[in-house]
Amino acid sequence: MIISPAFSSTLPLALVASSLLPGLIIFALAEESVRLRTALNLLGALSKLLLVALMLWGVYHDAAFETRFELLPGLPLILRADALSLLFITLSAQLWFLTTIYAVGYLEESPHRSRFFGFFSLCVTATVGVAMAGNLLTFILFYEMLTLSTYPLVVHRGTPVARRAGEAYLLYTVLGGVLLLLGAVWLYTLTGTLEFRPQGIVSDLDVGDHKALIIIFVLLMGGLGVKAALLPLHGWLPKAMVAPAPVSALLHAVAVVKAGAFGIVRVVYDIFGIQFAATLGVMMPLAWLASATIIYGSVRALFQDDLKRRLAYSTVSQVSYIALGVALVGPIASVGGLVHLVHQGLMKITLFFCAGNLAETLGIHRISEMNGVARRMPWTMAAFTVASLGMIGVPPVAGFISKWYLGLGAMEVGADWVLLVLAGSSALNALYFLPILYRAWFLEPEGDWPQERHYPRAETSLALLIPPVITASLALAAGLLASVPFSPQEWAKLVVVREFLDP
Amino acid sequence: MSGVSLLVQPVWLILLPLVGSIMVFLLASRRAAVGVAVVAGNLALVAGSIGRLGITGPWQHSVGGWGAPLGIDLYLDGLSATMLAMTALVSLGISAYSAAYFSAAAARHFWPLWLLLLTAMNALFLSRDLFNLYVTLELVGIAAVALTAMRGQREALVAAMRYLLTTLLGSMSYLLGVALLYHSTGSVDMVLVGEAPIPASVAAAAFALMAVGLLLKTALFPFHFWLPGAHSSASAPVSAALSALVVKVGFYILLRLWIEVFPALGDGVAWLLGILGGVAVLWGSLQAILQQRAKMLVAYSTVAQLGYFFLALPLVAAGGSRVWGAIVLLVIAHALAKAAMFMAAGNLLAFAGHDRIRDLDRVVQRMPLTAAALGLAGVSIMGLPPSGGFSGKWLLLQASLEQGNWPIALVLLLGGVLAAVYVFKLLEHIFTSGTPLGEPRAVARTMEWAPLMLAIGAIVLGFLATTTLDFLIIGEPFVPGRRDDY
Repeated sequence: MIISPAFSSTLPLALVASSLLPGLIIFALAEESVRLRTALNLLGALSKLLLVALMLWGVYHDAAFETRFELLPGLPLILRADALSLLFITLSAQLWFLTTIYAVGYLEESPHRSRFFGFFSLCVTATVGVAMAGNLLTFILFYEMLTLSTYPLVVHRGTPVARRAGEAYLLYTVLGGVLLLLGAVWLYTLTGTLEFRPQGIVSDLDVGDHKALIIIFVLLMGGLGVKAALLPLHGWLPKAMVAPAPVSALLHAVAVVKAGAFGIVRVVYDIFGIQFAATLGVMMPLAWLASATIIYGSVRALFQDDLKRRLAYSTVSQVSYIALGVALVGPIASVGGLVHLVHQGLMKITLFFCAGNLAETLGIHRISEMNGVARRMPWTMAAFTVASLGMIGVPPVAGFISKWYLGLGAMEVGADWVLLVLAGSSALNALYFLPILYRAWFLEPEGDWPQERHYPRAETSLALLIPPVITASLALAAGLLASVPFSPQEWAKLVVVREFLDP
Repeated sequence: MSGVSLLVQPVWLILLPLVGSIMVFLLASRRAAVGVAVVAGNLALVAGSIGRLGITGPWQHSVGGWGAPLGIDLYLDGLSATMLAMTALVSLGISAYSAAYFSAAAARHFWPLWLLLLTAMNALFLSRDLFNLYVTLELVGIAAVALTAMRGQREALVAAMRYLLTTLLGSMSYLLGVALLYHSTGSVDMVLVGEAPIPASVAAAAFALMAVGLLLKTALFPFHFWLPGAHSSASAPVSAALSALVVKVGFYILLRLWIEVFPALGDGVAWLLGILGGVAVLWGSLQAILQQRAKMLVAYSTVAQLGYFFLALPLVAAGGSRVWGAIVLLVIAHALAKAAMFMAAGNLLAFAGHDRIRDLDRVVQRMPLTAAALGLAGVSIMGLPPSGGFSGKWLLLQASLEQGNWPIALVLLLGGVLAAVYVFKLLEHIFTSGTPLGEPRAVARTMEWAPLMLAIGAIVLGFLATTTLDFLIIGEPFVPGRRDDY
């Protein structure tokens, strides 16, 4: 496909601008201008979707989209779209659109909405930047911007609890940022470039530098592991639950943890090169760490009564599937890890939307209050059920595909112990999700709901109900239609073919 | 010279603010308008000089046609032009803020002194002879002290007195060093002195005297004792000028001396200053974290940020102009960000009637522009991307790792973390939802926009790092010796 150079270099910028500009304008809007703000939000989200669709088509046909700008001597800012970036961008653009609708409904009548949606847009801008970063410097730039733009969302409620959660979030992310910075600069002094390239940029280095490379790998994983909530760097995530539901949804499904996981994929593939990383001997420890996180998160989730906290520990566990899939160093496992980037996003955002609906409509925050709630809110709980079953790995929901590829991939590389991790984790997932479903569908309600609100048209406001129903359907579709072109699974295969087999 | 417009002579950079200073002193009203116009004109002149520098390269101008050694020579190269530009930009922000900030009575004192300070700083950046540097340095000091004392409150007077004694002592010490060099070489021209043979003992004594004098003025740890009091008790625009510009002047002279006059300084000196700088970064940051008042926090942050300039000195021997360039980037970034922070803190004070950090509830809702200024300036101070502070730190970190200098790398990183702690100590309270104490007073719009524009400048500098670094080395300011193309 022939694309004019001007077009191919403006498209990445346009993609960033499609959320940055609305965000900046929204900051300036008065609190009362609800319509204009919503219109701007949706306009930004829709134009981003459109641009992403264009880009998807282009990248599928091997077109290159790239913008460069000299930021530091010899170190440009690069925005570039390749198959891997698009896996992440498509997810974030779709979920941003839905989360915007959800947030408009969720925050109706609540104060400081201009500030909220302003930072919300900056947050998505940063995510898109992370996805399109063409070198580690650009990645760091947007990664830090993500930290800064999510902080005001975490402390949005302004309570002392929110402030402390914000402090914990900053403590982890700032220290993570320092590790990342040190690793990146050190790497640059060795290689003289930080550009992401298939097969990486370090394999030509002298054997004498290998020890330094291992330390750099640890530093980079430390910096990225904070956001990806790898053990023992996950402590901020459960605390950040005080944020409003759309923020939790964004944190857990689209932006923050995904930026960390995506960074791990980038660094492993395009800085170290997966084969070279394997010869350095750093991939097995990463696989163990990811496995430990998977089990640990699930075990902790079992003991939470607060619904959002249970979901948060579940995120700790589920995001590490991505790192695990990459760390196993085999094409099939990689497909499993990469596709989980999308699948976990779809399922987890559904769960958080539903948790938000329960809290907004009925005042339910704890699992012990959920008896019989499916009678009052069948659609919400149906979406919740689909997503939970997906998390457990029940076919045909998307989560099954992820686990299937991870299992096959593990056997392919001879790491049979991973099957035990997957089985154990699925069992634990079942143990902490099924009781919720049982309570909701089969137990009798215990009297009145804590704080019930009534809506004329449905069980809750339509802006809150439609997004989780759509995301749950998408999670189901991603599993049912896994082999249709442009499905997450097929796209993950394309990434693996381009990055792994035939770079 | 003939082809060059009369107006891009550097001497106008001195004459314009000087005449302006006298004018606002004599005027009975409209001081602020005239003052702002003069500072804006100064920026235009600097822009003209920069344009000319880009076309014809560095140049020298003999005032009144009298050259050295009898007359006064003015020099302009990439470094001086950069410092002039930084001063002009920050001054314009401070002037716009001041026009709304001061009452008519206070304006009578402020504007003449402020324009005099600008005159002195411009003259200083254009001088390349040791005695002229002394004169201009003394002028800067006196104008700055007078501005600090202007508020007239007891606290401000005590701080100003301490500042006065320190700055006089500093100039004295510097002047003694100049005298020693003059005695030994018969010249005060920097390049001539640098090329003349000086006995090692004289050179050492002269450097020690001059350095101590300049460090006192630059408030490098442990000479910072006067700074927090003076910078926090002054009125907001004065605090901004002191922290953003005045302390940089001493460092600028030290940099020129280091390169032109004492190029043979050993590693020992570099390390000594580097260690002091490192301690300043850590100590200043810890003190900033412990402060309960916004302006004191910002003032201690200056102590910490000044430390970075010295921390990098052990790297210059091997790193050359790249390290100097990174240091200058940090100097500019700090000037923009710190001026913004002090003016924003001034807004908090003016708005709430106090600057106790834990009572700064809900500021972000009521003064969003000020909060944005604090946030963006904070990004540069913490060294997060994209900002001038980030670019400077990245380059220094790169240089320290290339040279295997881990202690400096670690201080750079640790300083960033500590800065994040104190910046967010300030920022997190503006998001809280408590009930504000007392009746707030509205703040003029320009007082909100001025710090925001400077803070945005600190961010934009991150995107102009390469341009700035390329511009900076016009005329090779980081290489010792006479340049024949002046």
